[in-house]
Amino acid sequence: MSSLIFSLFIFVLACFIGFELISKVPPTLHTPLMSGANAISGITIVGALIVTGSVGGEWSHIIGLIAIIFATINVVGGFMVTDRMLEMFKKKED
Amino acid sequence: MSQFLPETVLTWLPDAIQIIYLIATAFFIRGLKLLGSPSTARKGNQYAAIGMLIGIVVTLFDQQILSFEYIIAGIIIGSLIGIIAAKRVPMTAMPEMVAIFNGFGGGASALVAWGEFTRSADPTLLSPDSLVTTGLSIFIGALTFTGSFIAFGKLKGFISGGSIKFPGMNIMNIGAMIAVVVLVGFFTADPTNTTIFWVILGVSLLIGITSVIPIGGADMPVVISLLNSYSGIAASMAGFVLDNNLLIVSGALVGAAGLILTNIMCKAMNRSLANVIFGSFGASSSGGGSGEEGDKTVRETSAEDLAIQIAYASKVIIVPGYGLAVAQAQHVLKEVAGKLEDRGVQVKYGIHPVAGRMPGHMNVLLAEADVPYDQLKDMDEINPEFPSTDVVLIIGANDVVNPLSKTDPSSPIYGMPILDVDEAKRSIVFKRSLSPGYAGIDNPLFYAEKNQMFFGDAKKSLQALNEALNDV
Repeated sequence: MSSLIFSLFIFVLACFIGFELISKVPPTLHTPLMSGANAISGITIVGALIVTGSVGGEWSHIIGLIAIIFATINVVGGFMVTDRMLEMFKKKED
Repeated sequence: MSQFLPETVLTWLPDAIQIIYLIATAFFIRGLKLLGSPSTARKGNQYAAIGMLIGIVVTLFDQQILSFEYIIAGIIIGSLIGIIAAKRVPMTAMPEMVAIFNGFGGGASALVAWGEFTRSADPTLLSPDSLVTTGLSIFIGALTFTGSFIAFGKLKGFISGGSIKFPGMNIMNIGAMIAVVVLVGFFTADPTNTTIFWVILGVSLLIGITSVIPIGGADMPVVISLLNSYSGIAASMAGFVLDNNLLIVSGALVGAAGLILTNIMCKAMNRSLANVIFGSFGASSSGGGSGEEGDKTVRETSAEDLAIQIAYASKVIIVPGYGLAVAQAQHVLKEVAGKLEDRGVQVKYGIHPVAGRMPGHMNVLLAEADVPYDQLKDMDEINPEFPSTDVVLIIGANDVVNPLSKTDPSSPIYGMPILDVDEAKRSIVFKRSLSPGYAGIDNPLFYAEKNQMFFGDAKKSLQALNEALNDV
């Protein structure tokens, strides 16, 4: 039980940090921010790795494989497309 | 990997992994912070990507991880799809892309919880904690998955962009959500009952569909940012299942960030979140001053006439909308603006927070056309400038300049902050016809005395204007 309480503690504190970090972002950056945050949510890939790579029935491997594919699309695609967007926001020097 | 490591390493490895997870978390927090400013945003994204890489690599050293065939296969397939999608997607289709990535993220989280549950030989040995979080994780992950696909379909036009609703839908959705929570309770009490498990999964997938389908097109920016928040919470829930702090923290960061953006979007439209989720824009457009259409006249202008108006103006503000983007006209627009600047005309862009299909989408589209971002002005910044502006060009934007939001309490957009284009000396609306815009609301601006209409496809009109400017 104490482990769940501890996790909840961390969860709530992280939520507050998230609110603080994002509350003053200019609208210009909302789209890249969202797509970058979305890439971070692909952190579930870590969970997918644990489920897929560990001993278990055939089913858990297959479910894990699909999870890895989904999460990798999210992570790789998300970071790349965000970078592509942000690259365009270079300040024009003249 | 771990079976190749010596015994001594294996004893301190779990702690080392946790510490490295902490470092990865720090990279995410730093990355999100840097994403908040235009000059550092790219570095921020790279920080977050490095954090992710650290998290992935160190996880491979986890002592539970023994087989790598599926992992390698999954990462290769996923990376290929991700790379191709990220390189090919046009900037106008960015909302669809983010929506579908969200869906994959949410789906992956649900699968992680499911896979972890399947992995245990005897579910009755699992603690109530982990059963509750497994159930909730599948619930949120699954609804994010289908909800995102519906959002994708709506943005792509596979599904009607308007609001699809039947009576009692809201009550049904709320009922279904309560039912899932109750079922998670039953599932925790008796994890061997697979029927309950499948019902939770099935109903959650359905809720994703039925809760996004009724949301109308104009509310899409809110939906996307809400789904983004869900995908973070789903990752966090998967972290609860696995007792993994890295997942819990990163998921919570994204969940909170998504909620903040959702809140900003709602404010930009002066609507509450509940109103977006349960109300529907577009479906209820029958109100809003439609009775007096007969005697209104519009003044039409031509490319040549307009070229003269703007070439001799001292200040021009451009208000771009999604219509501009779909016509791929942002590059011609940039050329027109360049010609004006060469003549000494001051050019600025006024951008409404919900212009485009996701928050800040219009800024990205203009950046793609190389419009310097210091010319892009937010609503609050540009509004005081309209009275001193000679000509406002409204291109493919509709609802964000609709004065009904200030004058007609019965209008569905009443109270939504708009760009005050009616305060400029002259406004020109580029539009195909007089039809109402995405939100389905008539716009009295079209008939205003100071306003002129320039009918036609945004790109063709701008090309004509661009040529006409050569002859002025």
